[in-house]
Amino acid sequence: MTDMTVEAALAEELHRIAPDIALDDIDRTQDLREEFDIDSMDFLTLVTALGKRFDLDMPEADYPKMESYDALLEYLRSKTA
Amino acid sequence: MSAFLMPSLGADMEAGTLVEQLMSPGDNVTRGDVIAAIETQKGVIEIEVFEDGVLDAWLVDPGTKVPVGTPLAMIRSTSDSSAADPDTPDTPEPEAPQPHDPKPASVPREDPAPHDPAPQGPGPEVPMPEGPFPEIPVPEDRAATGPAPTPPRQRISPAARRLAAQTGVDLHSLGTGAARPITRSDIASLGQSQSPAQSDMRAAIAAAMSRSKREIPHYYLSHSVDLTKAEAFITAENAKRAPDERLLLGALYLKALARAVKKVPEMNGTFEEGEFHQSEAVHAGLAIALRSGGLVAPALFDTDRQNLDDLMTSMRDLIARVRAGRYRARELSEATITLSSLGDRGVDQLYGVIYPPQVAIVGIGTPALRPWIEGAKVVPRLTATLTLAADHRVSDGRRGALFLTAIAKHLQRPETL
Repeated sequence: MTDMTVEAALAEELHRIAPDIALDDIDRTQDLREEFDIDSMDFLTLVTALGKRFDLDMPEADYPKMESYDALLEYLRSKTA
Repeated sequence: MSAFLMPSLGADMEAGTLVEQLMSPGDNVTRGDVIAAIETQKGVIEIEVFEDGVLDAWLVDPGTKVPVGTPLAMIRSTSDSSAADPDTPDTPEPEAPQPHDPKPASVPREDPAPHDPAPQGPGPEVPMPEGPFPEIPVPEDRAATGPAPTPPRQRISPAARRLAAQTGVDLHSLGTGAARPITRSDIASLGQSQSPAQSDMRAAIAAAMSRSKREIPHYYLSHSVDLTKAEAFITAENAKRAPDERLLLGALYLKALARAVKKVPEMNGTFEEGEFHQSEAVHAGLAIALRSGGLVAPALFDTDRQNLDDLMTSMRDLIARVRAGRYRARELSEATITLSSLGDRGVDQLYGVIYPPQVAIVGIGTPALRPWIEGAKVVPRLTATLTLAADHRVSDGRRGALFLTAIAKHLQRPETL
């Protein structure tokens, strides 16, 4: 899995949940859920989709490592590397 | 043979637009089947049939706006032995006077436009002191003026029609005569930004909330609840679970509310025609915000009979459908109490407005670590503020307090929910 596909997959799943928010318009270092205006159910849906896509557990204990777009991307990269 | 009518989905609904026919003449229908999608101020809603039988014919074309009560389709009942001729299931029987032509169907609609005083000049009929009328509300829904003139039908895919209805794109503004049918992407490329559909949603909320504030003598209570145990329960459970089986606090709130209702049943039901009708079933309406603005509070049926896993499944399903703009008529009209949770990125508490004809709404503020007294010590605990707005025609503060404390108590024993 290359970096490019991880990033594209993340963008795609985020777009599915928050189609009205463009990646270019958000601050990638800030709170993901506030930037994309997603609630706890949306976030769970995102985690579920990413977990299935990359065959990851995405444990709740790791949620703090997924707090911003950049952090989540880094997390996915490290887990799929 | 019976007529399937445009349903009323609330006191504020006068008309709806048939946007999709989801079954065809000759199809067997079973009570509960989704037969059509209609557009109302609240979005596109799937409607169900209430009897078993065979769909005989559609009486209204897609895209037609008709008043509540207008026959949309004829359904031949399975017990209707007179029509039980298996050989000719599809014969268009001429017995019923069927307004098959779309035009008559749209005529009885009372179009507010002709009543506009503008052309009449200063008529003496209404005692309006200031001559010029201030901003006559040439009505909120422009859609009403859409279907009347029946221009040549433009072919359009069902998905495109649905999206157009959701986003408020007027199909007649697209022009006609395109060589190919209009597709979903054609619609998507139009009408971004503030659409009539959004202002319709706002108008629907305004109508319901105005009625609530006008008719319902609200009283309000609040109570702090310790969520430490509930949160710990969820954390422990979720550590064992794959993402698609994880729990959210929202499921615990729903279950605790449903349990508390059993103790204080006068929070659960509807107030109609001067009296309270207590509901045996608990159908908690869950307030769900829409990304495009506005919110709806469709019912999670039989909240009290579902376990936490069932509730999570129901919530996921309901929220996904609401976000996609698809929910069912029953879900909108049959909630018996509302729950509004601010989630974990919100503010401390909310002051609910009861959704008529219900008689109570429970609010749950954002949980946060706050100082809490335990024994003689101040300790940090995860707490949230529960609020209740309830109807004084039905209950009073003492019962309301009992209700809120019951919810709080159930949340202290999450493993029993």
